Amino acid sequence: MQTTDLAVVGAGPAGLAAAIAAASAGVRVLLIDENARPGGQLFKQIHKFFGSKDHYAGTRGIDIGTRLLSDVEALGVEVMLDSVVWGIFADHTLGVIRDRRNVRVQAGSICLATGASENALAFPGWTLPGVMGAGAIQTLINVERVLPGKRVLMVGSGNVGLIVSYQLLQAGAQVVAVVEALPRVGGYGVHAGKLRRNGVPILTSTTIREARGKDRVEKATTVVLDERWRQVPGTEREYDVDVICLALGLTPLSELAWMAGCQFAYIPQLGGHVPIHDEDMQTTVPGIYVAGDLAGIEEASTAMEEGKLAGIAVAQALGHLSAAEACRRKEAVFKRLDELRSGPFGEARQKAKTRLCHPAVEEQSAPRPRPGPKHSERQG
Amino acid sequence: MPLEKEGILSLEELARLPAWPSPERLAQGPVVIIECAQEIPCNPCEDACRQGAITVGEPITNLPQLAEDKCTGCGLCIAECPGQAIFVVDLTYSDTEATVQLPREFLPLPDKGEWVDGLDRAGEKVCAARVLKVLNPAVFDRTPVITVAVPKEFAMQVRNIARRG
Repeated sequence: MQTTDLAVVGAGPAGLAAAIAAASAGVRVLLIDENARPGGQLFKQIHKFFGSKDHYAGTRGIDIGTRLLSDVEALGVEVMLDSVVWGIFADHTLGVIRDRRNVRVQAGSICLATGASENALAFPGWTLPGVMGAGAIQTLINVERVLPGKRVLMVGSGNVGLIVSYQLLQAGAQVVAVVEALPRVGGYGVHAGKLRRNGVPILTSTTIREARGKDRVEKATTVVLDERWRQVPGTEREYDVDVICLALGLTPLSELAWMAGCQFAYIPQLGGHVPIHDEDMQTTVPGIYVAGDLAGIEEASTAMEEGKLAGIAVAQALGHLSAAEACRRKEAVFKRLDELRSGPFGEARQKAKTRLCHPAVEEQSAPRPRPGPKHSERQG
Repeated sequence: MPLEKEGILSLEELARLPAWPSPERLAQGPVVIIECAQEIPCNPCEDACRQGAITVGEPITNLPQLAEDKCTGCGLCIAECPGQAIFVVDLTYSDTEATVQLPREFLPLPDKGEWVDGLDRAGEKVCAARVLKVLNPAVFDRTPVITVAVPKEFAMQVRNIARRG
């Protein structure tokens, strides 16, 4: 049995930030990830991030990933790759499959940073090869440098759909259209603008109706929706495409948190069932923390800040940081989180996160005790 | 609002932006055009400007403001904008032509002197454009900035280019 002060499950932006914040305060950290390489989605993010200089604005995700990995290495964090955490038990024991063997890890505290999975959409023909998620496409074009097809229909105009469409253009594919069921573009106008000036139409109040093809996608039919989400007959449009990309939002990967006995809240704005947590990112199970998309679907920038909070809180709980020093570090993070969750795009997340952190306060409709984490939608 | 519905800013929406330069300033020479219309938490443009011409301030969701007399049209802010929403227009380039500096992250890059199509915000070809400059220094972090000359009347329309053939 391996022992550690803090086991972090998931080496994406949240997990890396948690490991760095805790290790830099002197906590012994074990970082576990099921993939061959750490970094989560960061190495697929070849675009420049939004935000302020404090949260890496203007820096490309791949470069943020490289920086975080070198920090992890410099701090001597132990990284266990190709290792799947399959279970979480009493006394903070993790069951891990590594090299086809079951290993047990006994941790003082655990930070779950397991991320999210993509939402799918069922429509006639959706099982044909060529219908794929935006994450898969980003991996193919930006990590593996394989173009999955030449003509793509993008379903979903959130920031993920818009950014992946742009990256498909950069990779040499043609994006025939972006369709969006809502009557408005979901993501940032500037991302939409980059697509439009490269000739990509964005069709709001429009959805995919059918994919057709013999052995793989050959055609896609779209249809206009009325204000009550009914398909409008006669508005069907057919496209010759070999890829249909689904960018329809994400759902937190919460299995381990359920297994640990964490209490959940159902908050649609945060992607569904999310573990209730306090401002230290600690769940209702003492010693078990959450960060990143598992704690509510947001962006890599907010995920890193949440990871930092969890790392600082663990260091404080173990006596590596004084209460005053921990408080100072946390306040700096709260300030950056408030910034990232401000504005019309951030408002809904800010409110949802406040509800998640203060369920009781919400019920009594009492004011929040202090300016805590705020919240909004996804991906910059 | 066209931006929300179609992903494009209309000329009316653009003219209402706090950073939109005055006709007088545009007539004086190169000046920045910041096509940023949504209050998203973002401020790298503020630090990018060495003249202190761009202000976001607090909260970070403020739309950028332009002190148009301080802007030299140097274009250092173009590659810094993660939304690629910043351009520089010079209406004084010649009697008949204006220049537009625009970010373009597509390979292969055009060559200096090459004739390309000038595209508007909807990707429609509106005029021919001549490439005057292609800048891609390390500090731009892989967002090359292309300067093209276009007929003056298209200076406020051309925001992208397409190579021919």
